[in-house]
Amino acid sequence: MNREIEAEETVTEGIDLERVDSLIEPYLGRKEMMIPALQKVQNHFGYLPRPAMEQVSKRMRVPLSRLYGVATFYAQFKMKPRGRYIIRVCKGTACHIQGSPKIAERIEETLGIESGETTDDLRFTLEEVACIGACALAPVIMINDDPHGRLSPDKVKDILDNYQ
Amino acid sequence: MYDKHLMICGATGCLSSGSHLVEQALVEELEKKGIKDKFRLVMGGCPGFCEVGPIIVVYPDEVFYCRLKPKDMAELVEKHLVGGEIVERLLYRGPDVDVPSRFYDTIPFYAKQKFNVLRNSGIIDPESIDEYIMRGGYRAFTRSLEMEPSAICEEVKHSGLRGRGGAGFSTGLKWEFTNKAPGSKKYVVCNADEGDPGAFMDRSILEGDPHAILEGMLICGRAIGADEGYIYCRAEYPLAIKRLRIAIEKAEEYGLLGENILGYGFNFRLHIKEGAGAFVCGEETALLASIEGKRGMPRPRPPFPAQSGLFGTPTTINNVETLANIPLIVREGGAAEFRKVGTEGSKGTKVFALAGKIRNTGLCEVPMGITIREIIYDVGGGIKGGREFKAVQAGGPSGGCIPVDLIDLPIDYDSLNQAGAIMGSGGLVVMDERTCMVDLARYFLSFTQKESCGKCTPCREGTKRMLEILDRISEGLGEPADLEILDNLAVSIKDSSLCGLGQTCPNPVLSTIRYFRPEYEEHITDKFCRAGVCKELFYYKIDEEKCTGCRACVRVCPVDAIKGEKKEPHEIIRELCTRCGSCVEKCRQDCIVVAPVRREADVSN
Repeated sequence: MNREIEAEETVTEGIDLERVDSLIEPYLGRKEMMIPALQKVQNHFGYLPRPAMEQVSKRMRVPLSRLYGVATFYAQFKMKPRGRYIIRVCKGTACHIQGSPKIAERIEETLGIESGETTDDLRFTLEEVACIGACALAPVIMINDDPHGRLSPDKVKDILDNYQ
Repeated sequence: MYDKHLMICGATGCLSSGSHLVEQALVEELEKKGIKDKFRLVMGGCPGFCEVGPIIVVYPDEVFYCRLKPKDMAELVEKHLVGGEIVERLLYRGPDVDVPSRFYDTIPFYAKQKFNVLRNSGIIDPESIDEYIMRGGYRAFTRSLEMEPSAICEEVKHSGLRGRGGAGFSTGLKWEFTNKAPGSKKYVVCNADEGDPGAFMDRSILEGDPHAILEGMLICGRAIGADEGYIYCRAEYPLAIKRLRIAIEKAEEYGLLGENILGYGFNFRLHIKEGAGAFVCGEETALLASIEGKRGMPRPRPPFPAQSGLFGTPTTINNVETLANIPLIVREGGAAEFRKVGTEGSKGTKVFALAGKIRNTGLCEVPMGITIREIIYDVGGGIKGGREFKAVQAGGPSGGCIPVDLIDLPIDYDSLNQAGAIMGSGGLVVMDERTCMVDLARYFLSFTQKESCGKCTPCREGTKRMLEILDRISEGLGEPADLEILDNLAVSIKDSSLCGLGQTCPNPVLSTIRYFRPEYEEHITDKFCRAGVCKELFYYKIDEEKCTGCRACVRVCPVDAIKGEKKEPHEIIRELCTRCGSCVEKCRQDCIVVAPVRREADVSN
């Protein structure tokens, strides 16, 4: 039992619960605002840490199970810490037929991670996105806010090297 | 007063081509010369022609500069902005024009277009309400305040406008249902959850002309008796959300949103809800659940949202493009004007996102009834690299493929339905002989399978089974009976799924089987993917006759699988090759060809 409490405390460490309170303050008492509240929390922490979820559950008076039910339904919400650079490989139709699977494959080989995973040094997280809407420049990837278009597999390494 | 206005396309397409770098260079150049105050620079909406981005249009001279690089800015400033002389080098050039084209009207990409919805996009500053008003904005709304709500519904009905989100239901009728539904609290919802991969029309409208959406929603609110509205927008569109927020703030400041608007006793408030990344939320009942803070799962209809929608009250849900049409229709004489364009059953224009293996990628707005041939060859400039047109995919994961034989099909709701595709939101992805139709069907199904919300069994389980079969076929493990099983599954899923996602997701499979059956059969019986996409079903070899030994392929091969001396024909070592295709992209002689794996093995046995 003590061990569990200890474990819980280590997880809580670094998660500023007061910050969580102030983030969700405008939404208290409005259960329909659960998604915006979670978006705020995720924007701050980069993902939804368990202690923050518990705090949201307590303050918004929504059962934790329901909160997780909603959070895990939507692709936007992440339950694990993510890298400094988020690589989003566009999987839109235009990108697909112009070879985005080959781009994704090359990134996976280069970084040694699969889609949805983060490198051990927390440098990169690799994700897929349905469509960035830059179909004219297919295939496209985004690294954080920078789009890189008209790619071919051999360009991948140089682009990644720019993000340290 | 400014000497000139420069509209720099700041939409995602041009940004990816580096328009922000071009803008920086332009600003630096102007500052260096100390003349920055004389020019108004607007990172504005999208002129649609993504292929030739980054684009700057100079007004009032009406000069369209494209394919710009930061280093071009010195010349542009010196020659045009200071000297008043057009920089011919930076004008549009293409195989389809003899002389460099100066403005929209002489660029073939624009020649067959008609701008209703995109009337302001790329012309006004999307963050300025004044510019919107100057172009006639909010006039239709003020007119609607003088009208009886039922008369507004009647006018929209008369215009023949059908929902642009996909299904094509009469917008006026939808409004009338909500108008007649009992209840004092009603809502207007704008569906801006554009999730179809390959479609970015709504994003461009939101980014380029956000006030048109606000005005459309205000008019709808007036017509159905709602005093509150929600815009449900994808979180993946941060710029659109930012522009909407600015638009709402400005409209509130101008008294066009809020209490007792313009003294007519009409109240209307507007909120933005950011989606959280679930394709199914494009379905209206799922979208409503998501606004209510729940998992975005659809529910059976009836009751339709017009009777019981958001928080259980009567609600009208319209798509972005539909709403952008409204101000044109509700102005004086607008409905009759609107009806003049289009076909018997489909009035007005439609915005399409052209992408894939087409020369002019981008956004275009064309009259309903235009043929696929006109869109692909006149607007789109034909197929990239002069290859053969194979098919066009319309309507995204809910739509279908239209093969080359139907190239003269007019694009309207009914013709597309008959061909097994749908209008959908308006994505048109063009394919050539290097696109594998089995892989395409598999691609769409893997998308819908992932996005299926899991509520109803046919969609949740059925799509999984179909995907397994398609996976097998593309790995070379297909069996002759597979096509019939696929067909049966597809029909049952269509018949028995709860919402639009499940009811339409087999369409890409059905339509590719219908039009490209031999390609499926070749995958199943010959174990050959002619397009060179399904990796297990082909290998690359070099045509020795054509190879010049330029070594371009050797340099790019990541696994050193290409051998050969300079200026001698090269050879690909089959055992080492991973079929990544890098060499094919680089080969200038087109000498790397696809060969069937199985047949040669059979011969050697």
